[in-house]
Amino acid sequence: MRRRTLILGGAGLLAAFGFMLTLGAWQSGDLPWQEETTTSAARIRAADLSAMTWQLTSHEGEHVEPQDWLGQANLVFFGFTWCPDVCPMTLLNISDWLEELGPDADRLAVHLFTVDPERDTPEVLADYLSNFDPRITGLTGTPAEVARAAEEFGVTYRRVPRGNGEYTLDHTSGVFVFGPDGRLSRIIDLHENPQAAVPKIRQALKQEG
Amino acid sequence: MMKPLIAGLGLATLLPALALADCAKVSQGDLSVSAAWSRATIGTARPAVFYVTIQNTGSTDDRLTGIETPVAGMPMLHETVMTEGVASMPHAAAIDIPAGETISLAPGGFHGMLMDLEAELKEGESFPMTLQFEKAGKVSIDTEILPIRAREAACGVAP
Repeated sequence: MRRRTLILGGAGLLAAFGFMLTLGAWQSGDLPWQEETTTSAARIRAADLSAMTWQLTSHEGEHVEPQDWLGQANLVFFGFTWCPDVCPMTLLNISDWLEELGPDADRLAVHLFTVDPERDTPEVLADYLSNFDPRITGLTGTPAEVARAAEEFGVTYRRVPRGNGEYTLDHTSGVFVFGPDGRLSRIIDLHENPQAAVPKIRQALKQEG
Repeated sequence: MMKPLIAGLGLATLLPALALADCAKVSQGDLSVSAAWSRATIGTARPAVFYVTIQNTGSTDDRLTGIETPVAGMPMLHETVMTEGVASMPHAAAIDIPAGETISLAPGGFHGMLMDLEAELKEGESFPMTLQFEKAGKVSIDTEILPIRAREAACGVAP
């Protein structure tokens, strides 16, 4: 009996040790199949507005930096106004969440970061966003400024030529929920249902600034 | 006891039908095409989108291989694909319409992308779209232009 317990215990320890090793490798992105997406995922998980240094311009032409947003909960997502499918869908989802949150939405700021600064100037963003919930802010800048912001959030984007000089962009599509302390609280995926999304936002709203 | 339940069920099934008129439907061979819709555009620079529902009532598979419309110089079939949280929109050479199934081009999945717009798509108007199928051939349907905030067809797909 005791021997069996020992063997089982030993096997358990070994399994636990193996798990820890794998977990460690996974967290540091050392496993071969993880490649570069993991570094991006790790950076997203560690995203902290108070440690970011990007500077951008809002669709109303105002200078914006991450420290301006501390003390309030923030929703952040990346997209572009030439995007025909995913971006309108995300904007419509967010409009629904804001409606569902009711007065609580007043303690939340929502920001669309463009990944297409060449076409999405502040004026273009303003024109486009006027079709959606007015509480959504658009942010743009020079290509270098946008690249810096994306990097600090751990977001990836890539220009894909479409012929005729046209192009589209692949980009990270989740909505990041930041608590008032500036730390990333949750990520809401594109296909997540609103019943799951709104509680995630409420949780971030509850955190202390 | 049973009556209110049955009446309730009846009402529940009736309500959506009352709220939405049936979608215009074009049938050809084994295929029925319905609920074709698009979103209004701001000017002509941005690509427009095309969504539709295709039902295959037959016993042979078919494929949607292309779309054509006078409103866009370069209409293409695309699919929104998520890989490790990154959304991309690869060109779909063809979309399978298996026998006995209903396939929807809908937000977040397969969609038509209409590039090189000839004119701004205005809410409340409509435009013709021709779908090219491998077996059923060409099917044309009128596409409703819904508001930029629309997320689904403004009509119900009849069962």
